[in-house]
Order: sequence, then C-alpha cells, then structure tokens
Amino acid sequence: MKLYTFVTEFLQLIILIGIAPAFTGWVRMLKCWSQGRTSAGLFQPYRDLDKLFSKDVLLADNATWIFRFTPYLVFGTAVLAGGIIPMLTVDLPIAYAADVIVLVALFAIARFFTALAGMDMGTAFGGMGSSREMTIASLAEPAMLMAIFTVSLASKSTSLSQMVHVIYSGQYVFRPSIAFALIAFILIALAETGRIPVDNPATHLELTMIHEAMILEYSGRHLALIEWAGMMKLFLFVMLGIAVFAPWGIASSGDFIPILSAFFFMLLKLGIIGIGLVLIETGLAKMRIFRMTEFLGSAFLLATLGMLSFFILE
Amino acid sequence: MDINIASQITSFLAALVLLTAFAMLAQRRMYGLVNLFAWQGLFLSINTAIVGFVAGKHHLYISSVLTLSLKVILLPYILHVLIRRLKVHKEVEMVVNIPMTMLIGIALVIFSYHLTAPVMELSTLVTRSTLAVALATVMIGLLMMITRRHAVTQIIGFLAMENGLFFAATSATYGMPLVVELGVALDILIAAFIFGIFFFHINTTFDSLDVDQMARLKEED
Repeated sequence: MKLYTFVTEFLQLIILIGIAPAFTGWVRMLKCWSQGRTSAGLFQPYRDLDKLFSKDVLLADNATWIFRFTPYLVFGTAVLAGGIIPMLTVDLPIAYAADVIVLVALFAIARFFTALAGMDMGTAFGGMGSSREMTIASLAEPAMLMAIFTVSLASKSTSLSQMVHVIYSGQYVFRPSIAFALIAFILIALAETGRIPVDNPATHLELTMIHEAMILEYSGRHLALIEWAGMMKLFLFVMLGIAVFAPWGIASSGDFIPILSAFFFMLLKLGIIGIGLVLIETGLAKMRIFRMTEFLGSAFLLATLGMLSFFILE
Repeated sequence: MDINIASQITSFLAALVLLTAFAMLAQRRMYGLVNLFAWQGLFLSINTAIVGFVAGKHHLYISSVLTLSLKVILLPYILHVLIRRLKVHKEVEMVVNIPMTMLIGIALVIFSYHLTAPVMELSTLVTRSTLAVALATVMIGLLMMITRRHAVTQIIGFLAMENGLFFAATSATYGMPLVVELGVALDILIAAFIFGIFFFHINTTFDSLDVDQMARLKEED
C-alpha cells in the first residue's frame, strides 16, 4: 500500500464534501428552468449552508444526546461512505476493507439515528416522519442489496473496486441482468434519496413530508450538517450508480493524468444524470404513500428478475 | 452477424419480453395493458427476425412480419376500439393484490427455469437459453387470466399466453412450419373478432364485463 493512494482517497473525500452541494444546486437550477422559473444559481446551496452555520442552535428542553449527536453521525457516515465508492480511482485504501454491504449498513446507521432523533423530541410530525422513513427503508434496503448482488454475481465480488475492475477487463456486452439491476437501482435511489415519486425534497406541507418531517426540529449548524449530508447522499447514490453501471472514465491506477481525466468524466456524468433526474422529477407526480409498497416491491422484483436472468440467460 | 452477439441480443430481447409480461401483471390501466401487449409483440417480432437471420430460416421473416402486423398493430387497435366502445377504460380490478401476483410470477419463472433446464442441456440451438423465459411468459399469461376479474383483461392474458407459445416455438425449434403459423395467426385474428362480439353481448346482458357476474345462473334472486 503506497502513500499516494491515501492522498487520492483524501482528494476524493474533499471532492465529495465540496461538490455535493453544487450537484444539488445543478439539479435545482435545471428544475427551475424546466418549470420556467428563474433559478437561484449553482451556488445557492453553499450560501444556504453558510447561513445555517452562522445561526444559533435552538434546542428543546427535553432534547437528549441522541438529538445532538445525530447530525455529526449522519455527516460522518456520509463521508465514510464516500471513501468506499470509487469516484476518481479504484485504487482506494478503504475500499479493500469495506464492500458494498458495509455501504448499505452505513446508510442504515444514519437512517436509524435520524429516525431516533425524529422521535426524540416527542413531536407528532417527527414520529410520523420516522415511521414513514422506516417503512420505506424496510422495503428499499433488501431491494437495494438484491440489485447490487445481481451485479456482483457477474463480477464475483461485492467489493466496488473489484466490480469496476471486472467491467474494465471483460468485454462489456448486452447483459439483461445488469439492465434489470439498473432499473431497480434507479427506483431505489429515488426512494432512498427522497426524490419526487417517493418524497418531495422541496415540500413545505408537513403532512406529505417524509425525510423533512424527521428533521423539522433541527436548526443552526445541526440542520446545516444534516442538509449537507442529504446532499452528499444524493451525490453518493449517483456515484454508486456510475461505479456499478457505467464506470468508464474512472482511473484504474493512481497516476495524476488519469485522475484528472476521471474528474472531468465525473463532472460530465454528473451533468447528464442531473438532467435525467430532473426529467424524472418533472414528469412524475408524488406518489401516495400507500402506493410505496408497490413501487419498492417492483424494484425488488426487477432486481430478483435480474438475478434470475443471470442464471437463465447468461 | 456473429453467433455470440446474436445470442446475446436474443437473450436481451427475451429479458425485455419477460419484463413486459411482468409489467402487464402490475399494470392497472386498461390502455396501458394494451400498449404493453403491443410492446411485447414488437420485441417478439424483432427477436423472431434475428433468430431467422442467424439460423438462416427464411420463413421466420414471414412470421416476424405477421407478428408485427397482427400483434403490434391490428390486435391492439381492435382492443383500443373495444375499450372505447364498451367504456371500460377505468382501473382494473384484481382478485389478488399486485405485489402478491408479482411474487407468484417470480415463483413461476423459477419453476419454468427448473422445468426447462434438462431441455436446455440437450439443445444445441442459439436460442436455447430463452426457452425458460418463453415458458414463464406462457405461465404469466395464464396467471393474468386467473387473477383478473375483467373479461377484456382476461383476453389480453390469453393473447400474452399465445405470445409466449410463439416465443417458445421460436426458441425451442426455430419456429413451427409456416402453414401452422399462418393457421395460428388466422385463429388469433378470428378469436379477437369473436371476443369482440361476445363482449358486446356480455355487456348488454349483464351491464358489466366483470366475469363474477356470470357465476349466477338464475336471472333474479
């Protein structure tokens, strides 16, 4: 293990923390344009975060340590997850220690604590949000694991770096199993990151909130950390999708030039995926919450079909 | 075309046929159902043409064109007209709920894979791996006929089953003889017309196309 791999790892984390708000800003900007509104610009999320950091934290009297601890934990797990997913290069020191199952577990920890923090204050909306979030999570997580396992069947490994290596080395062909897994992954990513058919990230109506309802009581730097982690989660899911389904451009060594080109490839892919996300979001209406079982059930079904078609057709 | 690439493309199309079969199980709207049926026919038609090209069986081109004109254009058109005339384009009612139906569908896929595994080992055709998918499509069509209450959806299930049979014939033996295929195509067409006439009669007699109504034998009770 060489020293520069740690440097690239560090660089990747900086990019994750730094670019995630810009990606959210890009999506919001496209959304404004597609709806004929004037957008606040690419850098509005940074300004929002800055504003929140400079504000005071208001804590309820009955807030426990869970409530104060959760923002840091959510932010920390998001950063840690960024160390596992190959964004610029596959040569990551942490990636050898943790595979995709750890990644799902990291997201699960963050969600568990957010749900606890939602209930911590004893407000009605927090509890409602927590209950909804856990309902969705219990359906989304198995489907997500199934979709990733389908891909790892083809690469015979659950390590993300290894998956990218296999896709690079073998000739990439029409793989029905991977196509199924990709559709399932898109459905799950929409649910996990709280985008439109499942949850509306811009809603101000408490009754329809899911993720927002849990963090309704947060303020100041706590809210800033949670919002930032939310942006990073969206970014991470996009990166995970790229690494698993379209890794072309990610550097397979740790040299400077491939990493630089990988960075530009990443920006290009982010731009394209942002457009796709906005097309999905403007084309669909938010779903009734009781339809969610069907939505995530079909994601699970698609992932299972992908796994079956790996055995049947390949 | 390389045999390897051709077999990959047929596998991919088989996966798409299976996907449309499942989408039909999940679809609630009548028009959506008909459109999905048309898509399934389209994938089937492309698949048949590719198999015909790879295997050098030129009569498969004719069945491909026949599939395209009948199952992608004519039958969906007839069904659209039927749905509009009968005013039945509302949501479809089901006996079993959708997630349950889908789980049964997955079980059927596994079952048909298990069933066709010995056949696949003996066969040497390019298309041998798609046989399991074809059988699964037949079974899912049957499942749709069982789980849907509405007469029109049951017919779509029947037609999807026929799609599966056609697919099975293509993947198991490079298609049936042309005479048989022409006969089947004509049968399907006539069946569609007869179904149409029947629907009108059922609709005027029972004021509904829900087949549960037909369980009653007496006129009043």
